[in-house]
Amino acid sequence: MLSEQLVDLSRLQFAITAMYHFLFVPLTIGMTWILVIMESAYVMTGKTIYKDMTRFWGKLFGINFALGVTTGITMEFQFGTNWAYYSHYVGDIFGAPLAIEGLMAFFLESTFIGLFFFGWDRLSRKQHLLVTILMAVGTNLSALWILIANGWMQNPVGAEFSYVTMRMEMVDFWAVLFNPDAQAKFVHTVSAGYVTGAMFVLSISAFYLLRGRDVEFAKKSFRIAAAFGFTSICSVIVLGDESGYTVGEAQQTKLAAMEAMWETEPAPAGFNLIAIPNEAEMKNDFAIEIPWVMGIIGTRSLDKQIPGIKEIREKNRERILSGQIAVGALEKLRKNPADAETKALFEQHVGDLGFGLLLKKYVVDVSQATPEMIDKAVADTIPRVAPLFWTFRLMVGFGFLMLALFGAALWSSIKGNFADQPWLLRASLWMLPVPWLSCELGWFVAEYGRQPWTIYGVLPTHMSVSTLSVGSLYGSLAGFVGFYTLLLVVEMYLMVRFAKQGPGSLGTGRYDNEYAHA
Amino acid sequence: MLFDYPTLKLIWWLLVGVLLVGFAIMDGHDMGVGTLLPFVGKDDVERRIVINTVGPHWDGNQVWFITGGGAIFAAWPLVYATAFSGFYWAMLAVLWALFFRPVGFDYRSKINNPTWRQTWDWGLFVGGAVPPLIFGVAFGNLFQGVPFHFADNLMPYYTGSFWALLNPFALLCGVVSTAMITFHGAIYLMHRTEGAVQRRTQTAMLIFGSLLLLAFSAAGIWLWQGIDGFAIVSTVDPAALPNPLDKEVIRQPGAWLANYDKYPATLLLPALAYAGTLAAMLLAVNRATLAAFVASSLAIVGVIGTAGASLFPFVMPSSTDLRSGLTVWDSVSSQLTLNIMLWVTLIFMPLIIAYTGWAYKVMAGKVTAAYIRENDHAAY
Repeated sequence: MLSEQLVDLSRLQFAITAMYHFLFVPLTIGMTWILVIMESAYVMTGKTIYKDMTRFWGKLFGINFALGVTTGITMEFQFGTNWAYYSHYVGDIFGAPLAIEGLMAFFLESTFIGLFFFGWDRLSRKQHLLVTILMAVGTNLSALWILIANGWMQNPVGAEFSYVTMRMEMVDFWAVLFNPDAQAKFVHTVSAGYVTGAMFVLSISAFYLLRGRDVEFAKKSFRIAAAFGFTSICSVIVLGDESGYTVGEAQQTKLAAMEAMWETEPAPAGFNLIAIPNEAEMKNDFAIEIPWVMGIIGTRSLDKQIPGIKEIREKNRERILSGQIAVGALEKLRKNPADAETKALFEQHVGDLGFGLLLKKYVVDVSQATPEMIDKAVADTIPRVAPLFWTFRLMVGFGFLMLALFGAALWSSIKGNFADQPWLLRASLWMLPVPWLSCELGWFVAEYGRQPWTIYGVLPTHMSVSTLSVGSLYGSLAGFVGFYTLLLVVEMYLMVRFAKQGPGSLGTGRYDNEYAHA
Repeated sequence: MLFDYPTLKLIWWLLVGVLLVGFAIMDGHDMGVGTLLPFVGKDDVERRIVINTVGPHWDGNQVWFITGGGAIFAAWPLVYATAFSGFYWAMLAVLWALFFRPVGFDYRSKINNPTWRQTWDWGLFVGGAVPPLIFGVAFGNLFQGVPFHFADNLMPYYTGSFWALLNPFALLCGVVSTAMITFHGAIYLMHRTEGAVQRRTQTAMLIFGSLLLLAFSAAGIWLWQGIDGFAIVSTVDPAALPNPLDKEVIRQPGAWLANYDKYPATLLLPALAYAGTLAAMLLAVNRATLAAFVASSLAIVGVIGTAGASLFPFVMPSSTDLRSGLTVWDSVSSQLTLNIMLWVTLIFMPLIIAYTGWAYKVMAGKVTAAYIRENDHAAY
């Protein structure tokens, strides 16, 4: 059995490096389209200010992009270094979208980003705009393939287990590609990236306006950010709801946990606006409930029930008992593949194999599992409720806060008086961190909510790791924390410095703050 | 069209080779430039000249590395799982060395402070020199077998230490790889620079080219005389579902040279390594730098091809549990996945080569001190 400490440290390292990576990704995703909008305005109107906007916001985009690339390499290699059994067990399906991401998207993005920065004097206006568009397309396609891979972890469609190769194998590529989970996740995640890009431009432009600097430049940037941001936040909220109700058991478990729904209520179920979940007794000590809302959001109907935690647990108990038989049969079959009787038994229970593997956390020979072990495994199938309940609500709250801000920003952009509304400018400035917080909370809900699985129903997290020493994990964790802290300090220093200096940093002679290239 | 399983397994062995060669040619030349940076650029302007020869391209080139990793994950999941977790600290060293590149390139010239800039220059040196060194060392260990085995459920266990990887033969392979990449980078740099930088780079080019020839020869002799290879003695069914535990392997002196007897055409690969390197040196000295770049690229095909052909059909032999050793037949993905990935590669690889070529064409020409002065705010 793998030590729990090894599993926990592997998870911690993945969580830290993934959440750190995602500090840079959403801004990149959003900024690419904002740069396309600004440069299109330049090509259409021929006004130099739009070119300067593209170049200045592009400069800040570049500072962010460098760390996105740096931390992205970690993600590509960490499956192999720290999740070796996972890589073997599902590489046949999971590896493909990662490789396709490289071939179809990341090459495109990375090749054209070079020309975006260095091609201004060597390309015609239209050629350069095409380069910027291809860079944006590459970035967004990149997100698509990564989310197809992640979507499959939540809802593993199009694959079957093979006892000869001892792994999951792809049987239907199109099912993996058009996994409804992946599609919903893609739209929700890239929209969140667009919001992040819009907030970034909105906030920094508001800063210049509050200082009364580079006013024309800041006003034009603010307007673009307000319109783009408002559209995007609407998409995040409407399509975020979409990702909540998609079918699949993983999402049902996650939904029940993040809504603290212990019982299966008669349809349509009520929505717990606020609750104090009590894990031990499986009830809410206190709850403010809005009747009907959960049922309508969750099922888009008035008569379909949403299963509560207790009901899901009982279903999972049956699957664990069936999976226990599958694991036992598989182990026999590995020793004697010709045994037809065992094979028939295995095939009858293979659908619950993953649930049987949950017992491996407690006992090597799962046929020897005691009733207490089975109880523990059943309890494991539901992620902890309180962290999910609260992070989800915080994320949604931030979403509506941003809707209000972008709504106000857009309204006063249309009226043309935003530069004289210090409260709006200050709110825009102070809300700068909110999209990043929301993105991180969203990923926490998605990934913590999938526990105890790496692949829902197929492979438990505790079986997915590499057989490394705990000492190695402490060492690498320390290395990552050290490097990432240093990189963040350097990045923030440059970002703040150039954001403060503003378009003067382009050295064109047209803006405030044109001090020498320091 | 769908290929049969044995053909696909062979094609994917070749394709992984193509991706490795592509990585070495493309990312290799900017890594070589990074390695040479502190030595061939004597002042800040010269260093910016060196950096800007690869400034617009390093990021696209790095994707060869990332795609190579992704392709091994998709096509050889057992190799990806076993090698990356087994070589844990070596992989982390590569990863952490690579951290210096994106930030080094993008951040270095944004602040006009000598300490800041020199620090990043050494960062770019580390990011250029360490990865090829470690990849060479890793290959050196493949030839000697790697201490790992599989449990019955195919969970890989690595039982060696990091320090044992740094044995003399492996370090020699590290020298081959670093010399090759630095040599190739020097030729690219000569193509894109002029004057003093180009002169200094030529000296480095001659040194690393000679070192490559010497180290490659020494490693070859060592492999022939001093390293026992591995051979499969049970019957191999290339069409079988992959199961690495289902074979019998022995250790055998001279086994790594057996393929050259069996398929004499493979001797062209080491010959190409020598011919390419010598031709590249000669052409570069005569300032036919573009042709020299083609020649040094062919030398890379020769060197990596030699390693691959010697190991075939092994990818990662095990020294402690011989049958666990991974081969092109039993470490692969399913037939469907290999087919899909083949078609994706066949569609996108030509596109990638076309637009990368266009990007180099747009940015072609010598990088000069005048260019750096005129683009003080925009250039790296």
